[in-house]
Amino acid sequence: MERKSVLFFLFIHACALLLAAVILAPLVWLFVMSISPAADLTAKPLRWWPQAVDFSRYGVLLSSVENSAGAAFVASLINSIAVAGMATIAALGLAIPAAWAVSRTPAVGWSLYMVIATYMLPPVALAVPLYFGLSHLGLLNNVFGLALVYLTILAPFTTWLMKSGFDAIPKEIEAAAMMDGAGLFATLRIITLPLAAPVMATSALFAFLLAWDEFFYALLFTSDLRAKTLTVAIADLAGGRVSDYGLIATAGVLAALPPVAIGLIMQRALISGLTSGGVKG
Amino acid sequence: MSGTSMTTRAWLLLLPLLAVMVAVIGWPLADTVGLSFTDAKLVGTAGNFVGIDNYVKTISGSNFQRSLITTAEFAIISVFAEMVLGVLAALLLNQQFYGRTVLRGLMILPWALPTVVNATLWRLIYNPEYGALNAALTQIGLLDAYRSWLGEPGTALASLIVADCWKNFPLVALIALAALQAVPRDITAASLVDGAGPFSRFRFVILPYLAGPLMVALVLRTIEAFKVFDIIWVMTRGGPANSTRTLSILVYQEAFSFQRAGSGASLALIVTLLVAVLAAAYAALVRKTAGSNA
Repeated sequence: MERKSVLFFLFIHACALLLAAVILAPLVWLFVMSISPAADLTAKPLRWWPQAVDFSRYGVLLSSVENSAGAAFVASLINSIAVAGMATIAALGLAIPAAWAVSRTPAVGWSLYMVIATYMLPPVALAVPLYFGLSHLGLLNNVFGLALVYLTILAPFTTWLMKSGFDAIPKEIEAAAMMDGAGLFATLRIITLPLAAPVMATSALFAFLLAWDEFFYALLFTSDLRAKTLTVAIADLAGGRVSDYGLIATAGVLAALPPVAIGLIMQRALISGLTSGGVKG
Repeated sequence: MSGTSMTTRAWLLLLPLLAVMVAVIGWPLADTVGLSFTDAKLVGTAGNFVGIDNYVKTISGSNFQRSLITTAEFAIISVFAEMVLGVLAALLLNQQFYGRTVLRGLMILPWALPTVVNATLWRLIYNPEYGALNAALTQIGLLDAYRSWLGEPGTALASLIVADCWKNFPLVALIALAALQAVPRDITAASLVDGAGPFSRFRFVILPYLAGPLMVALVLRTIEAFKVFDIIWVMTRGGPANSTRTLSILVYQEAFSFQRAGSGASLALIVTLLVAVLAAAYAALVRKTAGSNA
């Protein structure tokens, strides 16, 4: 028995090491590429650690010298923040009242299921009319237009998360406040919304991550620095004739930093959100 | 407050959301249905009514049939692998070992990595001349000559599936781990006393707790895999020789590259219908799973 448990101990630790290596190796390699001189990345045999660590590409991409790779990258970074930020705020603005209404009035719940069912729609099913519509409104290649389109993804999703958040807040608390003479909006402001603050924060983070990650609509509806988002900029770099792989890797590291930071800091909240719904592919 | 006025109030609060949903989803979807019966181009004329021509041509066309098979291959293999790897990783993470908290924390990283960054990263790893995979395999002697992993029809789809699995199995693992932590300790202890081996313990004691959450993960991952676009577009654009051209890529090419909006719309609706059928089948299955565990 003793011998078997020692073997088991070793086996479990070996598996854990293997899993850690599988998870970390690609990520570490992305970072190593970003700090390796270009010559090291095209050396044969490949150099796994740079002769001289070189952080200069981060400076290049984050510089704002006109018409440089940096200017294009910074513009797409700002576009991504603007689009994801606006779409998140708008989605929450729509989702919070709707989710509360559905949570407290089950009779209207079927409308929410219809909204959630739109999750199944492949974006390609909406792309052509949205393209015509945006073009008609002059919102092609425009951050506002793209944020509007992102509501197709963000609004159903945040409504769903917010509804389960409101479901967890007992109706009786609201009833008690109203009994004490508070009006509906005072009750919501003083009682319900503060209690729902954590789930609102989680929903906002999820929504922001979804928008940050979005690629298909951004690829279709943006064409230059005025609206191109990070995902499109990175796909351009990867598919273009950039000869320095390290620069592509650096752009990847920078684009991954915000969601990875959010993921690590908010882990507990994100996992409980994921397990209650299992979201984002 | 009376029931009627509460319902009225609920509808008023729902109105902004529903109005926006109709504008950005309902109307475009209806318009896609209309377009699918025309020969409209992306630019220029509105197109003429052609009845169900687009549907007939699409379904009987070899492009559609081939893309359907490619999509099914991608979805079935990657989702199956993600489920198996996810459950195995969750069983491991539920054991006692040094560094367990850290390893659980690391699992969030592939999920948090943006899809396009993941695709770009793997594209660099698979690079035929300078990629890390070629270098690693030749340096340890498993490979004689560098290969073009994404450039050969035989390996491109498999390479994509590996990249997709790496990003998505940790999510399945986290969902499964949360379910495992809900298994009461005295039940597993009792099964040990009763002499259950590790496999029968997994099958009869632990699996029932996993079934519900895993079904949800399975449904969502399958729908996602069926709609897959981003990772394929960035890594192969559907090539080489259309060997990775999934349905979403095919629709994109038809509607936007070849600018055939009408036939692209019919194709998009067929894909939508397939996803809906899939979702309905799964919903029935989920209800059955939930029922058998109640």
